[in-house]
Amino acid sequence: MSLTETKAEKPEGWNRPRVIEPEGDAELLEVAMGPHHPSTHGVFRMDVALDGERVIRLKPVFGYLHRNHEKLGEGMSYLGSMPFTDRLDYICPLTNNWAYALAVEKLTGQAVPERAEYLRVILGELTRIQNHASSIGFLIQEMGASGTPLMYAFREREKILDLFEALTGARMMVNYMRFGGCRVDATESWLAATRKVVAGLPGFTEEMERLLTSNEILQARTQGVGILRPELAINAGVTGPMLRASGVNYDIRKVDGYGIYNRFKFRVPLGDHWDVYDRFMIRMLEMRESIKILEQALKDIPGGPVMDPKAKIRGFRPKPGEAYGRIEAPKGELGFYLISDGGPNPYRYRIRPPSLINLTVLEDMAIGQNVADVVLIFGSVDIVLGEVDR
Amino acid sequence: MLGEGILKGLAETAKNFVGSFVSAERLTTVQYPEQRIAPIEATRDFPFLVYDGNDWEAGMRCVACQICEKECPPKCIYIVKSGDKKPDALGKPQFYPARFDIDISVCMSCQICVEVCPFEAIKMDTEFELSRTDRFGGLLFDRKELAKSNEYYHKIHPTEAAEVDARLAALKVKSGAKSGAAATAAAAKAAAPAKPVAVAGNPGSKPEAGETKP
Repeated sequence: MSLTETKAEKPEGWNRPRVIEPEGDAELLEVAMGPHHPSTHGVFRMDVALDGERVIRLKPVFGYLHRNHEKLGEGMSYLGSMPFTDRLDYICPLTNNWAYALAVEKLTGQAVPERAEYLRVILGELTRIQNHASSIGFLIQEMGASGTPLMYAFREREKILDLFEALTGARMMVNYMRFGGCRVDATESWLAATRKVVAGLPGFTEEMERLLTSNEILQARTQGVGILRPELAINAGVTGPMLRASGVNYDIRKVDGYGIYNRFKFRVPLGDHWDVYDRFMIRMLEMRESIKILEQALKDIPGGPVMDPKAKIRGFRPKPGEAYGRIEAPKGELGFYLISDGGPNPYRYRIRPPSLINLTVLEDMAIGQNVADVVLIFGSVDIVLGEVDR
Repeated sequence: MLGEGILKGLAETAKNFVGSFVSAERLTTVQYPEQRIAPIEATRDFPFLVYDGNDWEAGMRCVACQICEKECPPKCIYIVKSGDKKPDALGKPQFYPARFDIDISVCMSCQICVEVCPFEAIKMDTEFELSRTDRFGGLLFDRKELAKSNEYYHKIHPTEAAEVDARLAALKVKSGAKSGAAATAAAAKAAAPAKPVAVAGNPGSKPEAGETKP
């Protein structure tokens, strides 16, 4: 592939990745990079054009994990889509459940009992911690530290998944939230076990920080790499830790105040240098803030029903209309857009996946960087292909 | 300092290596299948059909109302309703499933069949070691393979099973309070909502019989 071809495919414009010139007039080398194995982030390919070590062009190719989720949702009752939402971002199923339940509750005007709201916050923040922990683990592993940080993260994730299993019956495919509450109530022993795990979490973040934050290899590999400018991040619709690492103060828990998040005291960490290291640090700090939310929620959780007794989970027909429910999922803004035509299943069922939209700036971040850094930049986006392809 | 990170990392390794000999908490893995972690009560895997008493065919709680078949998201349940009626636990004549198949290779253990079942007839199992030599016939469970006793249910989910039994006992007391003459009428009435929704191929698009619009 020649440079003229590259240029012809990329007309100049405010929203196009910049074009950089290779040195000399040699042919560019095309490489198909990417996590090809489902046990990594998913099945994904980056068609990279290289001039020596420098990335001249990058084209993400995805869709290998497409499962027709949205169309399936349109042919199925509202309840029937709930277990499938677990499989979108399979690292954090509970936030997917929550976003979908929120959208349907908006559509039907369903209220949620207090205890269920607290449970949702507890589960959502536990999900955030285990997602960020494993995402940091994956990032460090992609840097070459094969094993230790990821296993440390997974050790902690395992404790949280055990809690999920004890409450919902499954570690990952939880299918827990319902329109108007949660499926089963948490017992006192479950809450006690959660308090115990949460009490151990600061030790884990301390340990990770002690090992990683000031590690010179990590700093050398990540600082100043994969810079995402705030203007571009906003224009591209990037959300979540990616956006906050670019220094934009936008957290849906704060701006939207869905659920009961306005009752909790927590801070939103923001990045200063917009690079991969910032994204790593933002996730570290967000875990600490999540622990704070968890401590408050576990202290204040009231008694009472966990499901609205008048709520119907099946056989209901929402009035014609539309609803958009969005939450701050660990990866960014996760939204479900539903249109009802008065039937028992949605007329249109659309998901705004944070992973896919955060991925759109991959080329901008990778251009001009070394090919070894592309892996890191990709890892710092923190995607799950189950959500990208749906 | 150059190399500080490496030293720190090695110190961490040494700490964990030595620590694993003194503290059991550091040993986070178990050697499956020789060792197994304690089962968690809420765990769910693949559904089964509950029967009361000793005879699986006579005691089966399922009345073939086909709600689970309709609500099952991956459509792995296949039910054929019987032509005749049999008395159930309350003595009411009810239909029974002449065929009840679950394709375990399709089932995703989502528990929706359990939630929608009005007769407490289908519950979640905890058995997960289900490897078979035949992936087609072997993984299609018929009603005989699916039938498991109430005692088994009590064994795997004690708390939940006790709640279910209390609910069923309350129902029995309620129906027993009615006079004999009313019982037959109630039986006819109870059978009415269980009218077949004979659309297996296009579920979700048709409203269920007896359903009211909000």
